[in-house]
Amino acid sequence: MHLTDLSLFSQGILVSAALVLFTSFVMLAQARIQPLIYAFAWQGALLSITTALVALVSGHTHLYISALLTFGLKALLIPWMLYRLTRRLHIQYDVEIVAHPSLTLLAGTVLVVFCYYVALPIAQLSTLVTRNTIAVSMATVLLGMLLMISRRTAVAQVIGFMSIENGLFFAAVASTYGMPMIVELGVAFDVLVAAVLFGVFFFQIRTSIDSLDVDRLNRLSERGE
Amino acid sequence: MSPLYLVLWLPLAGGLVLALVPNYRIAGYINVAIAASTFGSSVWLAWNVLGTGPELSPGKLFYIDAFNVYLVALTAFVGLTTAIFSRPYMQHEVERGRVGPPRMRLYHSMYQGFLFAMLLALTTNNMGVLWVAMEAATLTTVLLVSLYRTPESVEAAWKYFILCGVGIAQALFGTVLLYFAAERRLGAERNDTLLWSVLHNHAAQLDPAVLAIAFVFLLVGYGTKVGLVPLHNWLPDAHSEGPTPMSAVLSGLLLNVALYALVRVKMLVDGSLHTALAGHLMMGFGLLSFLVASLFLHRQHDIKRMYSYSSIEHMGLMTFAFGIGGALATFAALLHMTVHSLTKSSIFVTVGHASQLAGTQRIEHIRGLIRTQPQVGWGLLIGTLAIAGFPPFGVFMSEFLVLNATMKSWPWLTVPLLVGLAIAFAGLFRHLQPMVYGTPPPGQTRVRANMLPVAIHLALVLWLGLSIPLFLSHWFEQATSLISGSLPL
Repeated sequence: MHLTDLSLFSQGILVSAALVLFTSFVMLAQARIQPLIYAFAWQGALLSITTALVALVSGHTHLYISALLTFGLKALLIPWMLYRLTRRLHIQYDVEIVAHPSLTLLAGTVLVVFCYYVALPIAQLSTLVTRNTIAVSMATVLLGMLLMISRRTAVAQVIGFMSIENGLFFAAVASTYGMPMIVELGVAFDVLVAAVLFGVFFFQIRTSIDSLDVDRLNRLSERGE
Repeated sequence: MSPLYLVLWLPLAGGLVLALVPNYRIAGYINVAIAASTFGSSVWLAWNVLGTGPELSPGKLFYIDAFNVYLVALTAFVGLTTAIFSRPYMQHEVERGRVGPPRMRLYHSMYQGFLFAMLLALTTNNMGVLWVAMEAATLTTVLLVSLYRTPESVEAAWKYFILCGVGIAQALFGTVLLYFAAERRLGAERNDTLLWSVLHNHAAQLDPAVLAIAFVFLLVGYGTKVGLVPLHNWLPDAHSEGPTPMSAVLSGLLLNVALYALVRVKMLVDGSLHTALAGHLMMGFGLLSFLVASLFLHRQHDIKRMYSYSSIEHMGLMTFAFGIGGALATFAALLHMTVHSLTKSSIFVTVGHASQLAGTQRIEHIRGLIRTQPQVGWGLLIGTLAIAGFPPFGVFMSEFLVLNATMKSWPWLTVPLLVGLAIAFAGLFRHLQPMVYGTPPPGQTRVRANMLPVAIHLALVLWLGLSIPLFLSHWFEQATSLISGSLPL
């Protein structure tokens, strides 16, 4: 199948899906806190655009609600909360030293190829217009994990966590045109509560180890003092 | 269906009401009252289901059968006894200055919220809602783990949050794949394809390749919450650093509910695959957890950490037994779920008193419990005997049945099982012996201890070991035939 055989909107889905993946790579490479939050907000915005396009092409109107929900939550509310928290903690201009940045990006590329390989049997079964993006959604999940693994500050880890959630939502849209509404609302509620709790934890961690470097959370282990 | 709604509404409303009660003493009593009425309605519900068989709620959102109804009753029961224990215990913690009254408000509210999440996960028919409830269970307990705000507890809570959050994200991906497989076969127009009852009826038509991938994701996801090795790292930290009533409900209930979710998924996957892939994966992870945890028991210095490793060990054994499949193994696993959660929660209650008495959780500083306060010392000793699988307690019964089932289908696997049980026994008793019998340090005094929940739990475990009451065995048999497709014995 040729790309130009698809309708304009279907091509639009592929482009915006590719951009979602691109923002994942931007986040992997971004060492400063504030631009990291912006990149995360852009991912949320692009995800909601993709969802809206899927709704347009497939005619599933409930996806418009999901798109709106994603935009409100992932592109506006959570980034805004994170932004405010970093200002209150005076870390908005912090630069994290990312170990082996180019190696991390290379590993990210390998993960994307791997996802295309794993998603092949699923994509072949699917008949939806979004079947080509299933691998992209899976890659978003894994790149979010890579972000969590490669970073040491709590804020970057939370952004990685939320980006995994983005990937999961994307996977649901790509493979089944979204989950039933009750599940989607429940997941959105959980994500919102998680975001609030993460904010609480930033302060708890800061007061307990005087920094947000979670590598220094290493008191608990099997050894006796 | 009214008892079902009571079972769900009571803890939810309780959580909201308790958030508004500023006096922690009164809140403690309200907490007990709500837990008691939840337990009452769960018994009513169980009675109904016992008489009339499986029930589907009108909106199809809830499904009650023999498998989950007994877990609902068990959850509500342990929730009640732990609430009874928690009232004076947490009052004592406030008096010692470890928590302030405002945080007690959070504690009570979240206690009920956690029970609600557990009961929702058990009763729901929708695989997506099941996931939401499991995640909600993490969210309600994570602030309780860091309740004392010590650096250790904050670290434990952060680890719990991140590991369980990422782990359970895999389960959501698995759920999406499940939905994908169902939609392809049953048509996208139907909006009930994520309901467990629908999936189970059409399991044979679902695409095996997709379901196999889905199962791997769901196993990793819910397995993280079960505490399967190597995804167990959060568990000992979260159980040891949180307040003791939390350790009791986490160990006694949360792990059970996560395993319940896994078994529900396995029932679907088995129906589609017609191979033992799911069972073999569960057996492998279960056996690994069982052996690793029993070895780790030897290295512990913190009493609550030690008993949380014992929880991993027992969850591993249950996962292994469910993995074997077949009527006998499934029956044994169901029985083990019950006796483990009763015994383990009673042990954590006793451990809570013991560490208040000694003023520390370090094993080497807890000495001479029997001499200082006999009921605490004996409680710990009998509880540990029960959990180590001594006859005539119920744990012995269920472990014996697991061994029997293993002997029948995988004879050579009985060797690692027996070795593991012996290692675990030695690991528990080398630490227990001096704690219970040693000479108490000078100046060690008694604490106000409420041993009633412990006595009730251990008496029940003993009863289950001597003879299983008829209605309970009827339940277990129904659940067994539901899960494994045949009757035991």
